[in-house]
Amino acid sequence: MKVGLFIPCYIDQFYPQVAIATLQLLEKLGVEVAYPLQQTCCGQPMANSGFASLAKGCDALFTRNFSGYDYIVSPSGSCVLHVKEHLYAAGNEAAATHIRNNIFELSEFLTDVLQVTELEARFPHKVGFHISCHGQRGLHLAQMSELVAEDFSKPGYLLRLVKDIELVELNRKDECCGFGGTFCVSEEAVSVKMGQDRVADHQLNGAEYITGGDVSCLMHLEGILRRKNSPVKVIHMAEILNSSYE
Amino acid sequence: MSNRNTTTPDHAAASAKFLLDQERANWHDQALWFIRQKRDVTARQIPDWEQLRNAASQIKQNVLANLDDYLIQFEKKALENGIKVHWAADGAEHNRIVLDIIQKHGVQKLVKSKSMLTEECHLNDFLTSNGIDVVDTDLGERIVQLAKEPPSHIVLPSIHKRKEEVGEIFHQHLGTEKGASDPAYLTESARQHLREKFLTADLAITGVNFAIAETGGLVVCTNEGNADMGVHLAKVHIACMGIEKIIPKAEHLGVFLRLLARSATGQPITTYSSHFHKPRAGQEMHLVLVDNGRSTQLGRPHFYNSLKCIRCGACINTCPVYRRSGGHSYHNTIAGPIGAILAPNADMRKNADLPFASTLCGSCTNVCPVKIDIHNQLYQWRQVLVQEGHVPKSKAQGMKVMANVLSNPRLYRVAGKSGRLMMRMMPGLANNKALNPWAKQREMPQPPKESFRDWYLKNRSEK
Repeated sequence: MKVGLFIPCYIDQFYPQVAIATLQLLEKLGVEVAYPLQQTCCGQPMANSGFASLAKGCDALFTRNFSGYDYIVSPSGSCVLHVKEHLYAAGNEAAATHIRNNIFELSEFLTDVLQVTELEARFPHKVGFHISCHGQRGLHLAQMSELVAEDFSKPGYLLRLVKDIELVELNRKDECCGFGGTFCVSEEAVSVKMGQDRVADHQLNGAEYITGGDVSCLMHLEGILRRKNSPVKVIHMAEILNSSYE
Repeated sequence: MSNRNTTTPDHAAASAKFLLDQERANWHDQALWFIRQKRDVTARQIPDWEQLRNAASQIKQNVLANLDDYLIQFEKKALENGIKVHWAADGAEHNRIVLDIIQKHGVQKLVKSKSMLTEECHLNDFLTSNGIDVVDTDLGERIVQLAKEPPSHIVLPSIHKRKEEVGEIFHQHLGTEKGASDPAYLTESARQHLREKFLTADLAITGVNFAIAETGGLVVCTNEGNADMGVHLAKVHIACMGIEKIIPKAEHLGVFLRLLARSATGQPITTYSSHFHKPRAGQEMHLVLVDNGRSTQLGRPHFYNSLKCIRCGACINTCPVYRRSGGHSYHNTIAGPIGAILAPNADMRKNADLPFASTLCGSCTNVCPVKIDIHNQLYQWRQVLVQEGHVPKSKAQGMKVMANVLSNPRLYRVAGKSGRLMMRMMPGLANNKALNPWAKQREMPQPPKESFRDWYLKNRSEK
């Protein structure tokens, strides 16, 4: 099984530790992972702003970079969803279709493809999990509070495999954090208010860390926490799942 | 491409203003979230809830695909029942038809129960300017009418008002005690005030929740019984409906009545579901069928699905943006996510900001009882608005630069490296609150010295 590691642009530039944890975790689980060196961005920032027509260059590049892998895995549900729903490459349609069908967010790759049942990880802290909307409602990584259906959570399942972790319940388990791509600047006031409310829910329930599967949401929440000088820290799920005993 | 720098920030600016009163904003958010939770509880009382949503969506799909046939069938039956049927192409024609009927009967006073269609057509203003005294009889609508404001929510028109403010409005207009804010006291005062209006009105206007093609009858849902009170006491009844309100058969009504109130307020059913099939003896009954842009929307392949909407307001209650920005920030009769996909159909230029007033979280789509893919339509509208030139030039330019950088790996790496370097060397610039909206109330990420790619080349290159 050949896996192509897709590291979204802002993780590459601002959160390399998340990419490193993802790579190490996959390697620990015996997966053959390669990082295509010419990758940049999936094109979501343009598409979600109404400029999908400008994302063709990114689509073509993405398709070239990730052709030939059995699976493409990324620690970002939002970018994965964008690729899954919107990747089209003129002249390279077969490759693009293969990518759309075989791209996975990290937690769903671990549960659905690798079918992980145990992890050698320990994280002795109180952790609040922020489920990101695109991962949850777009990729169906977890049951949504609006739907009448059985409860499940792929990231939740994985976090429960971590030793000594204490997951805190939130009052609003799947409320949006307000990041929303360019929304976070074009609608600054609402975006920040949503983020503050999200942070408050975690704090109220005693979280020392806020974790999640999307760095974009975490970056927004981290910005709010740091501005408030809050002791609550932000950490990507991959870092927890990759954290070692000791 | 037009330069539309003034349009895009409308919703954003109005939201920022709404959020200045944090206490009110928190209360608004919590009140609506409480209703959303009530909706969850009652939805779960029906084990087949998701199948019911499917059924409703498919019934509406059938209606939209055969709307012309159903409308003709409905009109025929309604006429047979003795209802006078009128057709209006737009809001202005609707208003003239209503005024004509009023004037023909020499009516001075009328009562109106809740109708978003008449709001959409701005009927109240039109009638008032023609010397007709309109009284909204839904309590929430009466409150905003007295406050001279439009409704901020389609089901909860005065949800933005706190009880103390309602007390002040009632004190001014209904003579209640100054400073009184007890809901029971205020409601009783409104009841006495409205009773007098019901008794003296000669004509009653209602909206329509469902019109049944098979029978030519119509159904109005209220929680206060005010539609019944108005219609039963007046000589003339005018019902106003958008042409999409049709359902094929009476047997389909059960599907929608079970979904409507649960989705709207978490009630199993509205307190009153009133069926009107023909005028009672001595009464005259009119029905105005209004297009007002609906045919245009029906012709838009990406957006016609929005015409399935039964106006329950569930998407509005669940929307995390609406809850924190208030209904008036949407500057449209129908606020929230559903309004944001209906409004650009009516006027793209004026409403170009609304499809962007969303994080695309998708909660609206999940609560929608008729399964309108609201967040996908928001995404689609953004594409259309950009193509039609309804975004600021500066934004379009910025996007072009960004697209160019991101489709060129070498350029991307240079930009990334220099950007990080700049943020480290000049953190003051990146954190400038005036220049960078991110930094106004948030810290910027702390840029690392090396990118993941740099790390990978060092640590895995030989692999």
